[in-house]
Amino acid sequence: MTTTAPAAVLDRAGLDTLVTTLVAQGRTVIGPTVRDGAVVLAELSRGDQLPYGWGVELDAGRYRLVPRADGAAFAHSAGPQSWKNWLHPAHERLWSADRAPDGTPAYTTEPLDPPQYAFLGVRPCDLRAIAIQDRVLTGGAYEDSRYGARRRRALLIAVECTEPGGTCFCVSAGGGPAAGPGYDLALTEVLDGDGHRFLVRVGSEDGARLLEQVPHRAADPATEATARASVEAAAGRMGRALPEVDIRELLAASPDAERWNDVASRCLTCANCTMVCPTCFCTTTEEVTDLTGDHTERWQRWDSCFDLDFSHLHGGGPVRASARSRYRQWLTHKLSTWYDQFGSSGCVGCGRCIAWCPAGIDITEEVRAMDAERPVSHAGGTGEQ
Amino acid sequence: MTAVPLPYRVTAHRRETADTATLYLTPVREALPDFAPGQFAMVHCFGRGEIPVSVSSVQATGGLAHTVRAVGAVSAGLCAARAGDVVGLRGPYGTAWGLEAARGRDVIVVAGGIGLAPLRPLILQTVAAPEAYGRVSVLVGARTPADLVGREEIPRWPTAFTGVTVDRPDPGWHGDVGLVTALLDRAPFEAARTSAFVCGPEPMIRATARDLTGRGVAPERVRVSLERNMRCATGHCGHCQLGPLLLCRDGPVVGWDVVEDLLSVREL
Amino acid sequence: MAPKLAVFKLASCDGCQLTLLDCEDELLALAGQVEIAHFLEASSDVRPGPYDLALVEGSVTTAEDAERVRAIRAASRHLVTIGACATAGGIQALRNFADVDEYRRTVYARPEYVSTLATSTPVSDHVHVDFELRGCPVDRRQLLEVITAFLAGRKPDVPDHSVCFECKRRGTVCVTVAHGTPCLGPVTQAGCGALCPAFRRGCFGCFGPSGSVNLPAQIRLLRRDGLDEDAVQRFLHTFNAAAFDEELRT
Repeated sequence: MTTTAPAAVLDRAGLDTLVTTLVAQGRTVIGPTVRDGAVVLAELSRGDQLPYGWGVELDAGRYRLVPRADGAAFAHSAGPQSWKNWLHPAHERLWSADRAPDGTPAYTTEPLDPPQYAFLGVRPCDLRAIAIQDRVLTGGAYEDSRYGARRRRALLIAVECTEPGGTCFCVSAGGGPAAGPGYDLALTEVLDGDGHRFLVRVGSEDGARLLEQVPHRAADPATEATARASVEAAAGRMGRALPEVDIRELLAASPDAERWNDVASRCLTCANCTMVCPTCFCTTTEEVTDLTGDHTERWQRWDSCFDLDFSHLHGGGPVRASARSRYRQWLTHKLSTWYDQFGSSGCVGCGRCIAWCPAGIDITEEVRAMDAERPVSHAGGTGEQ
Repeated sequence: MTAVPLPYRVTAHRRETADTATLYLTPVREALPDFAPGQFAMVHCFGRGEIPVSVSSVQATGGLAHTVRAVGAVSAGLCAARAGDVVGLRGPYGTAWGLEAARGRDVIVVAGGIGLAPLRPLILQTVAAPEAYGRVSVLVGARTPADLVGREEIPRWPTAFTGVTVDRPDPGWHGDVGLVTALLDRAPFEAARTSAFVCGPEPMIRATARDLTGRGVAPERVRVSLERNMRCATGHCGHCQLGPLLLCRDGPVVGWDVVEDLLSVREL
Repeated sequence: MAPKLAVFKLASCDGCQLTLLDCEDELLALAGQVEIAHFLEASSDVRPGPYDLALVEGSVTTAEDAERVRAIRAASRHLVTIGACATAGGIQALRNFADVDEYRRTVYARPEYVSTLATSTPVSDHVHVDFELRGCPVDRRQLLEVITAFLAGRKPDVPDHSVCFECKRRGTVCVTVAHGTPCLGPVTQAGCGALCPAFRRGCFGCFGPSGSVNLPAQIRLLRRDGLDEDAVQRFLHTFNAAAFDEELRT
């Protein structure tokens, strides 16, 4: 949704007021902050908790926090968590049941009263990731009502990217450092001789109402031009790129590739890639009982296709026993069968799976290797033979 | 959708084999929407967990039956349920057999072991309307005579041909021995106008579907029911993927034309 | 009649049994649901078997213990081993890679008084075990989960996947990726709640190998992160030395 509200400019004090205004409205504000040697997402109560003066250096299997002289707040790229940690949390009770003395269970659903989140600093890749999880969890025949309730109440304040990381590849994943649709407000950080400020664009009525409550001025052409130029420049400075081939078709045609054995020799099957991926949605459910045996609860928690138990069939063991088949499932699902299941790629190019893989496995490199291995007659994304 | 199970009371418990039982269920209060043969429910055993089970009987009164083989803690708990006990049910989920598309055609039903249970309501609907279908054949295979589900019921179905075979006979067994596909030679059907419905262990499904299509039955007319790990049944947990398919949503019943290539990939 | 619970100990430090006593809030509820028939750490009131659930701590290091664990098995409907000693031989399994006679002569003034086997082995090497609960010591919540699950007749919710699952679920920043700290999390079974990384330390594997281990790949990472060959060996040769060693050989 776009509105006709004109762009505005906030200074740092204005951004501080934005945070305190959201808190005063009863919202739970989640945004980037420095903790444990990383820019993490956490609950914020004040604007000065933002990572002013910190940047990151990213490579495959490596993340380092580095100080920045310019004092920028949003000069980092995707960190170790994503917004799914709040929208699709790692642990969640689904329902519980109590057994009456006659043995009859009474089932009770969890009440739907989630916090009203305000996400500050949603990167354009993560904006797309949220849209993808929306389709998976609310777009089918059944809605994940808990996700849906949290999502509908959440306010999204995007921040465009001006400092892409060494593991970023959103441009080649169909996105880019400019915010696409779905935000309530979109900020672009501008740092030049005219000061530290944030260009604000309005994406919804909720966003417009919020902006009205925060001191701001009308956007000037210079700020708008500088913001535009930094975001455009960022698009040219991606650390990585997916190869320009029909990846959906490539992976659908590669279940028997030799490369899966090669990557399996490096893969720890530790599941970090799936856990940090902003679109990976898989969960499992477990029964939790108390010692009396008369109360039972159904809990959902994040699961991963790298867990041996994930594909377990009673009497048959795991369908995907080898590391090769589990890595193949992750990559093929993300980049190929996701289209069949949910109508798009499952990858937004945030690069988390590359940075947070302890072994430094790089999906862009794996796709390139798959493409190189493909028989010549199939190469070049010319479609099925 | 109902995210929380509805209580269903066990009205009858029938032991099928040493490790398999059928539970006849009726809603304690509110009933779930109607199930079509082939669809499944998530059945909750209090304090143990939830498993997907296809319906083995659908009654106009809202009553249902589920046939369960004790292979884990939840299924063992369900098998041990007795008349009067209450279980939790969510559903209906997944695709149905799609018997309507077989109207006017010869029908072949092939079941392996407990795979007969999801096919049972389809067989009953077929033989109850003989004018609507061509010749109906039911082929059943089991590991041993003791593993046969529906042993008393099978001979009573008025089909054009019913065959039962076992892998390992016991001394009292006088019937066929060997693969269920061997029975196809005796089933009367015209391949070009035949619809087949297959459920059983995956190797048996593959062998049967290949045999049927080899005899000229169109791959899309061979409907098979597949099993994968299922946790949510609503397409959100990711466990039941088979390549591009989410089997809780796109299955469990799928056309052989859709899954033949997928099932030929190891560990997909 | 309440099910009978028994707790036994072989070669071990008692830490896992103490974990049961540490379940202060739940201990009364537990005592209300089961008859604690044998638990010397808590009570000298010992009642005879058979037992419905036996928890066994410690490894088998003497011929007498090998005999005793067979008797425990015979008296128990379910036998669950608890802790690294009982499930993997424990730290005392370091003797498996050395000459036990030499150890004995070095450590004891009168080695002839010490009668011991040449190896420290998990209980499952001697008798059938219904469930193995890992950890050094075991985790309090997991121990209660195993007891509760056995009471309810369900499968204990004790996943055998990596510690990384737990780090990510609790939002801990990866100490290897962000700090370059050597960590055994990717090859270690979860269950502790990813305790060490939450305090910015690398996992040192006290829950033993996970269900899906790639040790050659893990060792390459440890070398990358600054451990030399000896340090890698020491890192793997702690509480679950024998179990990690077995992974290396397969």
